[in-house]
Amino acid sequence: MSAPHPRRAAVTGIGVVAPNGNSTEAFWKATSEGVVVLDRITREGCEHLPLRVAGQIRDFDPPAAIEERYLVQTDRFTHFAMAAADLALEDAGLSRSDTDADPFSVGVVTAAGSGGGEFGQRELQQLWGKGSRFVGPYQSIAWFYAASTGQISIRRGLKGPCGVVASDEAGGLDALAHAARAVRRGTDVMVAGATEAPLAPYSMVCQLGYEELSTVAEPDRAYRPFTTAACGFVPAEGGAMVVVEAETSARERGVPVRATLAGHAATFTGASRWEQSREGLAQAIRVALDEAGCAPEEIDVVFADALGVPEADRAEALAIADALGPHGTRVPVTAPKTAVGRACGAAPLLDVAAAVLAMEHGVIPPTPNVFDICHDLDLVTARARATEMRTALVLSRGLMGSNAALVLRRGAADAS
Amino acid sequence: MRRRVAVTGIGIVAPGGIGVPAFWDLLTSGRTATRGITFFDPSGLRSQIAAECDFDPAAHGLDAEEIARSDRYLQFALVAGDEAIRDSGLDLAGENPWRVGVSLGTAVGGTTRLEHDYVLVSDRGQHWDVDHRKAEPHLHRAFTPSTLASAVAERFEARGPVQTVSTGCTSGLDAVGYAFHTIEEGRADVCIAGASDSPISPITMACFDAIKATSPSNDDPAHASRPFDARRNGFVMGEGGAVLVLEELEHARARDAHVYCEIGGYATFGNAYHMTGLTREGLEMARAIEDALGQARLDATAIDYVNAHGSGTQQNDRHETAAVKRALGAHAYDTPMSSIKSMVGHSLGAIGAIEVVACALALARQVVPPTANYETPDPECDLDYVPRVARERRLRSVLSVGSGFGGFQSAVIMTLPRERTE
Repeated sequence: MSAPHPRRAAVTGIGVVAPNGNSTEAFWKATSEGVVVLDRITREGCEHLPLRVAGQIRDFDPPAAIEERYLVQTDRFTHFAMAAADLALEDAGLSRSDTDADPFSVGVVTAAGSGGGEFGQRELQQLWGKGSRFVGPYQSIAWFYAASTGQISIRRGLKGPCGVVASDEAGGLDALAHAARAVRRGTDVMVAGATEAPLAPYSMVCQLGYEELSTVAEPDRAYRPFTTAACGFVPAEGGAMVVVEAETSARERGVPVRATLAGHAATFTGASRWEQSREGLAQAIRVALDEAGCAPEEIDVVFADALGVPEADRAEALAIADALGPHGTRVPVTAPKTAVGRACGAAPLLDVAAAVLAMEHGVIPPTPNVFDICHDLDLVTARARATEMRTALVLSRGLMGSNAALVLRRGAADAS
Repeated sequence: MRRRVAVTGIGIVAPGGIGVPAFWDLLTSGRTATRGITFFDPSGLRSQIAAECDFDPAAHGLDAEEIARSDRYLQFALVAGDEAIRDSGLDLAGENPWRVGVSLGTAVGGTTRLEHDYVLVSDRGQHWDVDHRKAEPHLHRAFTPSTLASAVAERFEARGPVQTVSTGCTSGLDAVGYAFHTIEEGRADVCIAGASDSPISPITMACFDAIKATSPSNDDPAHASRPFDARRNGFVMGEGGAVLVLEELEHARARDAHVYCEIGGYATFGNAYHMTGLTREGLEMARAIEDALGQARLDATAIDYVNAHGSGTQQNDRHETAAVKRALGAHAYDTPMSSIKSMVGHSLGAIGAIEVVACALALARQVVPPTANYETPDPECDLDYVPRVARERRLRSVLSVGSGFGGFQSAVIMTLPRERTE
């Protein structure tokens, strides 16, 4: 075991806005019960597209969560981000007056994969349909990928290090790692995570070029990773923000350390080169374990990337075996995202939220719609599994070639 | 022992200067590359001027397939990347690929292609319901900014930490800063760093029109970008890409690489004030400068040159002058501070990396680039802005600062290699 880091990064708050729940509690209830919310896309303008199924957020009421002046200048992905950040900060017991005491000690980092697509499409229509004078004043700040970090910083008065990383899906884990490094460098608190809203009509058209996308029309058959029926992935919207805090800061404030971000690594093996992702993912796992000072046998649960493309699923199963050795076929593996779909860079954030909650509850959430596993994995399928967990491994890969692994330890590190 | 980070290779595609020799020639001549927009008919726009690159991707070694699948900003990055790797003398085949990373910034990514295909699928903005059958191949590569780092990593077979950074107008500085930290923290030995943007398209011009951020001096484009001048009236849109090879210093020395400079410190803070507005005090940018100085273990008085954000908007130049005075104290008045945006425009996410390249060259050649078009002093901007003419000067440590939408304030410090006892 390596020497304890002087400033360990802890998770002290979680905020989720997901297709299966617009609060952390609702998300965990649905996730642990395996409630599937994938459905036919009902968004206006999407009816005739060859992409039929997605994980949509249906009962999110932006005006109930966000002030009007922020709503008008932001896209749906930033609405989710502001709402999730509020939930996470509240969960961490950090009020506005707490963060105002030293605004430079609280920063924000998000991962961005899709930007403000719905807002952007509306303004493109104004420009091309009516003329340049009809483009509104907020297009320049709503469409770009940095909108959520900027708005969270402004709305909550947070002046610490602000960042935006984009490493497609795996970027969600990179954002958390970025936050952990900022904490190690001296920032007390980072509000970190990702939310996405890639289901506007033109955003969907842009994604049709991904050959990994599922075009199956039946919601219960559209996203079935690790099976012979795997036919691609289903897109989704939403995401999660978490409060990443120096363990010392959490202790001083007297709030519980929910988990520590113990190790992370990212590698790259080329866009859609899924066979090569085996080596890249295995390498990421090894380096993340090393940083965490964690033996393979200590991993109690793996939250898989589970892309749902046969070649990619095989590469992931083999990568887990390569990196964890014999333990790789014994450790429980789960992919609760089959219930909600994959929201670009936010997909692994929902897994991180689920992993922390799973360790706290002693319950591994299931992988709905998946049975008849065709890989040598102990996949938790139909029902949740009760088990004691201290360490979780979260995996993510991106369509543009990134691989990332994150090791989470339950509770305060000095208890181990 | 602390790992130090060297710049060992540089590549650039900038308006008026593709490749390092042409770029440096432009910067030291005081000429400007701003002109009336030629890429599309800008009539109807408030600002009809930009700093465009006369760029032929085929002439710079990209094949037909690469050109077809790569949006313009990707082409800039590939060409600048080729030059940087060549310049570094690095034999990538001999490197451990897991120890080679990529960190590239872009503010608007594939917007140009997104807009192009939008026009096709919407029948020129006639329908909310878009016709996917009219989209062109490769559109999905424009959808996510990740494509930038991915395309460059594939070209150079980097397998380490690969990420795109998209913090708006500080993207370029932040991408270099992240790469610096990546090597310093031991997560890679080599990092291909930089930024690229090609935002000269109707939607991007129109959205800055809407907030009057860009210059309306359409009748005199060559003199439209006037940072720190009392008659400044907004920034002039630009485009371009810059790539640097960052390398752990001992790694560079072991292969006898030419070292342009070291990256000594990087920091960024949010102003938590306004998405597009800036305070008069510049507290947050000052804090970023102070933090970066601390990492570099330098006193403020060690700074020999400040490469300004200097966008040429009224509020930016005032804000920045206040921030630099706050961070450097009286030394600010003895320190030349110039804005190359006066010559190459403001290429949003790319410009930060282009400015880092300008700083590396300034250090290597001991010359400060000027602020072109500077004529009329502004009482609120009372520093030495190096008017119009490049200046020879002994340079050991330089500072580059950036400021962007979202309220982000970033600072990077570069130094000539020196022996530090630690």
